[in-house]
Amino acid sequence: MIHPIPPGTRDVLPDEMRELRALSERLRGAFEAAGYAEVWTPALEYEQVLRAGDERAAGAGYRLFDEHGEVLALRSDMTIPIARVVAGRMGDSEPPLRLCYFAHAYREARAAGELREFLQGGVELVGVPGAEGDAEVVALILDALDEAGLSRHRVGIGDAGLYRSLLASLAVPDELHQPLLERLSRRDLAGLARDVAELGLPRGDRELLAALPELRGGAEVLERAGEAVEELRALHAELERRGAADRVIYDLGLVRELGYYTGAVFEVYDPAVGFALGGGGRYDELIGRFGRPLPACGIALDVQRVHIAQAAEEGLG
Amino acid sequence: MTPSLKIAVPRGALFDGSLQLLDRLGMDTAEVRSNERKLLFEDAGVVTMRPSDVPTYVEHGAADIGITGKDVLLEQSEREVYELLDLGFGRCRMVVATRAGGDALSTALRRLGRVRIATKYPRMAARWFGQTGRQAEVVEVKGSVELAPLTGLVDGIVDLTASGRTLEENGLEVVEEIGICTARLIANPVAHKLKAAEVDSLVQSIRVSA
Repeated sequence: MIHPIPPGTRDVLPDEMRELRALSERLRGAFEAAGYAEVWTPALEYEQVLRAGDERAAGAGYRLFDEHGEVLALRSDMTIPIARVVAGRMGDSEPPLRLCYFAHAYREARAAGELREFLQGGVELVGVPGAEGDAEVVALILDALDEAGLSRHRVGIGDAGLYRSLLASLAVPDELHQPLLERLSRRDLAGLARDVAELGLPRGDRELLAALPELRGGAEVLERAGEAVEELRALHAELERRGAADRVIYDLGLVRELGYYTGAVFEVYDPAVGFALGGGGRYDELIGRFGRPLPACGIALDVQRVHIAQAAEEGLG
Repeated sequence: MTPSLKIAVPRGALFDGSLQLLDRLGMDTAEVRSNERKLLFEDAGVVTMRPSDVPTYVEHGAADIGITGKDVLLEQSEREVYELLDLGFGRCRMVVATRAGGDALSTALRRLGRVRIATKYPRMAARWFGQTGRQAEVVEVKGSVELAPLTGLVDGIVDLTASGRTLEENGLEVVEEIGICTARLIANPVAHKLKAAEVDSLVQSIRVSA
């Protein structure tokens, strides 16, 4: 008889576990070699504390009461717990701080087959602002995936605030921002183009709003986007210095769902699989909300997805 | 040479329109047209399937891009795909219909506090009745939805209709229009980044040919 486990969770048996462990060790080796020290935090947090970092408690999907009636939440990522630690128990440590982790995170499954519990391996770089910090993290993730045996992976780079500030600069009424941004985050470019056409803006502005989310590719994208992407151009220069510029894709329509990103946002791809292997971004205000204002950025990889990509790449010989 | 993009093409009502579009783009669809049972056409870069499966194949990257109806996308709103273009063809109305001449919905609401609705689009139907403040019990059926109100299974149906003729022939009438659905071009999120040039040039040629 098979006793069930909740949908979206899984048992890992020895063959797969051996490979997952080996993969994690390779990634962790790359992180450690770059000076990123591993930390661990509890899977259960006070919901109120997570909320200090992010209004929606950072997308926590599962809450429970403890024996004192306190509301606990299963963490939905490692970034908020690490921000809490950096402001708290590591409050005396001199920045920059380089931290990494391998831990499970929990989110609601919105579709059948989506995981509710998943293993994340990632890095957080605290105290290095702007392009310099972003480039270090992007280059490190590219290297770590090399170590893991991938060869065709890319990091997509966007800017969390770009579309919002574009809407503001074109004097689109405030109450229309959210619906347009939601179209963008739902990847409904056809709907976005239709809504933009109805805004009654001058033709050039309309075209800019409809075309920007479609701009993606190499450095030429940054040329075409002009002044709005000053920060991404600085990041490009840093990536060139590190020799990683040819393995990123600038994507001006890229938005990430979590609300705490303030600058560059990242997504990790491999052509062997149809879904992102991970993502992250710059969150300069998050640690400050726990009482220690410090700029920071990070990327998390979904280890099981990287494993699928690894297997697919091997299959291609 | 293998084509650079694999495209998921829906069989059924959108099949002809989709192939005409591919013809206009200069693709060779002769083999696809002449072969009703075959599903995978490697040379043309085409896979054919039922429309409601298109978002599944595209989301998982088994096809880079696909053509499907807006009705399918509305029903499967959690799919992580880019909706790139409204292709304009396959125009249909998503409607609420009941037996002609009656007042089934309001009678059921008044006397029983809820309507029973049969549909192939259970999530969209629940959303529509929720948004309009009416309690609805949604019954999912797979085959001819028109049968459901005629047999007394339900008070009304939510379904897609092109001309309204099937509804009429079965003694049903449209009482509400939920929206207009046309064919859409969708893309896998990773292919949208890693094959950006190919995707963009396809989108551009569709815009030009329209």
